Formats: sequence, C-alpha cells, structure tokens
Amino acid sequence: MQKIVIIGATSAMAEHCARLWAARAPAEFILVARDESKAQIIAADLQVRSPASRIRVLKSDFLEPSAIRTTIKSAVAGAPIDIALIAHGSLPDQQHCESDLQTCHDALMVNGVSPALFAEAVAGEMAAQGKGTLAIIGSVAGDRGRKSNYAYGAAKGLVTRYAQGLQHRLAGTGVKVVLIKPGPTDTPMTAHLKAAGPKMATVEEVANGIVKAIDAGQSVAYVPGKWKIIMFVIRHLPAFIFNKMNI
Amino acid sequence: MSISISSWGRLDATPHEVHFLSDRKSVSATLASLHPGLAHGNGRSYGDVCLNPGGLLWKTTGLDRFIHFDDSTGLLRCEAGILLRDIQRMSVPRGWILPVTPGTQLVTVGGAIANDVHGKNHHVLGSFGDHIRQLTLARTDGSVIVCGPDARPDWFSATVGGLGLTGVIVDATIQLRRVAGPWLDTENIPYTSLDEFFHLADESEAGWEHTVSWIDCMSGTGKGIFMRGNPTDAGPRPVPSAHKRAMPFTPPVSLVNGLTLRPFNLAYYQLQKLKSGRGIAHYEPFFYPLDNLLEWNRMYGPRGFYQYQSVVPRQGGHEAVAAMLGEIGRSGEGSFLAVLKTFGNRQPIGMLSFPQPGVTLALDFPNKGEKTLKLLARLDAIVQEAGGRLYPAKDARMPRGLFEAGYPQLAEFLKFRDPGITSGLSRRLIGN
Repeated sequence: MQKIVIIGATSAMAEHCARLWAARAPAEFILVARDESKAQIIAADLQVRSPASRIRVLKSDFLEPSAIRTTIKSAVAGAPIDIALIAHGSLPDQQHCESDLQTCHDALMVNGVSPALFAEAVAGEMAAQGKGTLAIIGSVAGDRGRKSNYAYGAAKGLVTRYAQGLQHRLAGTGVKVVLIKPGPTDTPMTAHLKAAGPKMATVEEVANGIVKAIDAGQSVAYVPGKWKIIMFVIRHLPAFIFNKMNI
Repeated sequence: MSISISSWGRLDATPHEVHFLSDRKSVSATLASLHPGLAHGNGRSYGDVCLNPGGLLWKTTGLDRFIHFDDSTGLLRCEAGILLRDIQRMSVPRGWILPVTPGTQLVTVGGAIANDVHGKNHHVLGSFGDHIRQLTLARTDGSVIVCGPDARPDWFSATVGGLGLTGVIVDATIQLRRVAGPWLDTENIPYTSLDEFFHLADESEAGWEHTVSWIDCMSGTGKGIFMRGNPTDAGPRPVPSAHKRAMPFTPPVSLVNGLTLRPFNLAYYQLQKLKSGRGIAHYEPFFYPLDNLLEWNRMYGPRGFYQYQSVVPRQGGHEAVAAMLGEIGRSGEGSFLAVLKTFGNRQPIGMLSFPQPGVTLALDFPNKGEKTLKLLARLDAIVQEAGGRLYPAKDARMPRGLFEAGYPQLAEFLKFRDPGITSGLSRRLIGN
C-alpha cells in the first residue's frame, strides 16, 4: 500500500488529488492540516470512496519550523513516504498587501516560507529513504512578478527556486521533486475572481494533471498544459511591452 | 462581484452575486449573515427555479463529500452538493444503486430533493424524496432543522419538492437499493398510436421496472418508441466506453427548427425501429442518454429553449395528450426530445412534488418569443382543463393561476417557507 502524505489536505486541489488516488487503489493517507475538523470531513469522504484505505489526520502548525519538523517525523514513522504533496496556500488581496504589511508578511509566509520548510523536511526524509516523490504546488504567478498579484507571485517564486534547488541536490538519487504550476483554477480560494477574465480550469481537471505529473515524475508541470506556452511568452516579453500591460 | 448565470434552458443570462459554500458546518452561520438568497447546485433545472436574478446564490457544488456509507444496509449519508453521478460511481461497483434517478446524473442531491425528481420507474419506486431517510436543512435565521419521514415530517414534506424555498439542504441520508450489477435487460417497441402507447404502458407496469417512451410529436398520430427495462445480473462484461462529445459553440440559430424537425424525428424513429427488440444495456446510457453530449442545450441557439412538462390524470389523459399533440402539430413548432410516460398510482410525499397519478408529456421548444409563448398558453388550457399541472423544475413561464390550481397544498407549504430565500420562480408564482 502506498503511503501518501498530503500537506494542506483541506485545499480543494489536494482534496481532489486524494480522491483520484483513493479511486485508483487503497492507500495509506496522512492528511496534514491546520483545521482538524475540516480534515476529518475529508478523511470520512475518502474512507467512503476507498474503504480499504488507512487514513490519518495530523494537525499541525504551518509556520513554526519545529512543528513542521515534528509533523513530518510523525508522518514518516512506520513506513517510508511514497508520495508527499505540498498543497497549501492562500490567495491574498494584492492591494491589501500593499497597504498592510502584516497581510503582506502573512501571504509571503504561508505561500512561500511554509511550503519551503515542509519541502525541506520531507526532502530530508526522502533522501534518507533513498526514494519517494515530493510534489509541490507552485503557481504560474511565480514565473514573473505582476502588479495584480506580486505578493503571492513572489512567494510562489520562492517555492519555484526552492524546488529547483532540491531537484539539483537530489538529482541521481531515487527521490523525485515535482513542481506543479497550476493556472487560475476554480476553487474556493479563487471564488472572488470568478467574474473576471477567461474561464478558469476546473479543480478536477487540475487534480488530474497533478496526479499525472507525479506519476511521470516530471520536474515541472504546468496544468493545464497551455500555461506552459502562455507563461513562456509572459516571461520573455520585454519590459517596455510588459509594463504597459494591465495584468 | 457579480457573475452572469443561466439555467439549463439558456433563456437568459442574468447577473448574480455568488457565494460558494464548501464547509457544511458553517452553512447556517453563512446564511444568517448573508441573505436573502437561493441555493444553486449544478444549474440543471431549466427555468428560474434555480435562479435569483439580480440577487444572491449560495452555490452548493463545493459541498460534495460523502459522510458515511454502510454497505451492509445501503444507507448513504452525504453532503447535498454531490452529483448523482459520483454516488452511482461509488456505489454501483459495491452492489448498490440510487433507487430513483432522473434523465441526467449531473444534478446534485439537494436539487434532486428540492425538485423531488422522478425517473423511469415511478410506478414502482416513486420519486427521489421517497428514498430520503433524513435531511439537514439550514435556515437564514441561523437555525438547523433535521427532518425525515419519521422526524418533523411536516418540514420534510415541505422541503421535498419545496423548490429550495424552505432552507438550504446541507446533507441527506439516502436509502440505496441492491443491484446485481450495472446492467439492464431492455426492450424497445415501436408504437404507432396513443392507444398502443397506453396499452404498452399498462401491460408493462407489472413486469417492468423502467418504462418510458420517445414520441414523435410531429407525427400527429402519436407514433413513437416505447422503452422498458429491468435490472439484471448480466455477469461481468465490458463496460461501453463513454465517448464524451460537446456542442463546441452555440450556433447562431436553433438547430431544431422547421427544416430539421420532421426529418430528425422521422430518422430517429426509423433508426430506433431497426434497433427494436431485446437487449442488455449499461445503466449510464440507459438512464442518461444525453449526458455524454455535453452542453447539448446549446443546440437551441442563442435564444435558448422552453421545456414544457405536464402531468394530467389518466381519466381524460388520453384526450388531453392527443389535444396537445394536435396543437403542436398544427403550430409547426415542436420538439425533438419529446417524452411520454405514465406515472404510477401513488401520492407524492412533498407538498409541491410534481408527480401525480396520470400521464406525463415533456417537450422542448426553441424559444421564438411570442409565437412559442402563445403555443404554450394553448397547451396550458388543455392541462388545466384536464386537471393537470406543470413541473416547476422545467418551467420559466407558467401563469400563476395554473400553478395555484395544480398545487392545492400551496397555502400549507407557505407556512414552512424561509423568508430569507427567494427565487425567480417564487417571485413569479408566489409573489415574493
């Protein structure tokens, strides 16, 4: 039975990935969350979908380094981790970040520092195991700073660099590090954006892409795939054009 | 921030404020602070029962979790925003199936209860609400009501078929039904008159669980294909692969029009006639023939379409159906997806439930404005004369008088209404 650790298990993307894994084969799930009662609701749902799975909820602080270490130690106990998915995040209001440094600080911490610390803790365990797949959800927003969401984008950019570093460090070992970059996705986190812009991808579609990228051990996966092309263009636009764009 | 939302009939797209529910434990607190509004599931009802134009919708599709399933008893508890499809896919491999299912599985449990939907087996198993053992209702005053056939049955009877107006259904406990597998033993029989249809329907009632018919509403005579089926143990066999197709865009005019309708219907009849006889069918194509044609509602063009589903008592039902078909034939308007079916002789449990003993006719009409509305008004007169009623889940235009005549328990129902809930339909048919 595969051991799958999901950090930020109450996020919509993580929940839908868990459903896909549960539908595929019984597994040992460890759901790491800040809000235990929300995680229990998801654990019960997964148990109905996959009665033979073993599901455990681990409540954790997401910002305290020692708590992160303890949580991952507890997750690894008993059997090595096959897959770890780091999925938590929260989309801040950019203008609020500009006027209130506490909001900006919190956004940088929860979307950047926290996933990096979890990734470091998991990578250490996996390096010791000599195997495992560590998947981290970054974002297309991390590819280039934009005025509409650079606090979030900078945090995700940190995650991108951290994942790159881990990939470099663990190259040639049995540990794979997968960086997922979803485009805008229809989840409760983005509910307030729905009116604006083009149609967002469904969370089912994105979860499917994440699970596939993990299967393939892809180092970077844009989901849906079209974002690879879009972000290539965005990254390479010269500043004199980019700075005129309202994005 | 407002979002433009249509129902399945696509008659219009109106701005709504949308609040996404995803945590069942906080629903009543959310409603208490954020109302008036209306629960909106997957938006598969056709008219304005799921819309609150200019107002607030509480979107329930994020409440899509199973809570508990006992596979020794078949009792399932789940959140109300889960799709019937997800229940079927979880339970059928374990030998349990939803006892009653409408013609699409892309509806939420909450919507199925609030519209007390029916299926092809009404004469055997009634409607969706007949299989609900308990439900949790959140109200905009912050209270929570747990009800069922045995607990606060008055609240239950108001909420089943209650068009979402008594509160927001947060979770439900459903009694599933044992099945040997996903297969049905089916038979298709062409018929050429309404007499033949009624004869087949009556003859099938005892021996067949599922009965329905497609009728060529342009033929004038009542020509169609009668379909019946029973769950069967067909052993393991390859499941047909679902080829999902979608209407890629909305055509500038309805593809269902005066030029296409007769040939469509004629070709469909001939094709089905060739396929008549016995067969084995998987439950998905049998119950949900249109679910693999995603966004089929676009084929009616940018102006959308009206669904018109009536039920009239058997006494006089034959004449009423013949009269409706006559009106449609004369108008040259018409419908490709016309369904004729008898309901069983059982009283519904909901105060505003649609099914009643008799015969039900469901039709689609491309929206041609005044011309279409005039035809529907002529059909209204026939339905009212026959002592029948229309299905609110499909309605976007019935006159208030017909609603009041068709639903005599309306006054009783209104005692249970949540004053913080309003819909396009409630404003149109109840006045607020």
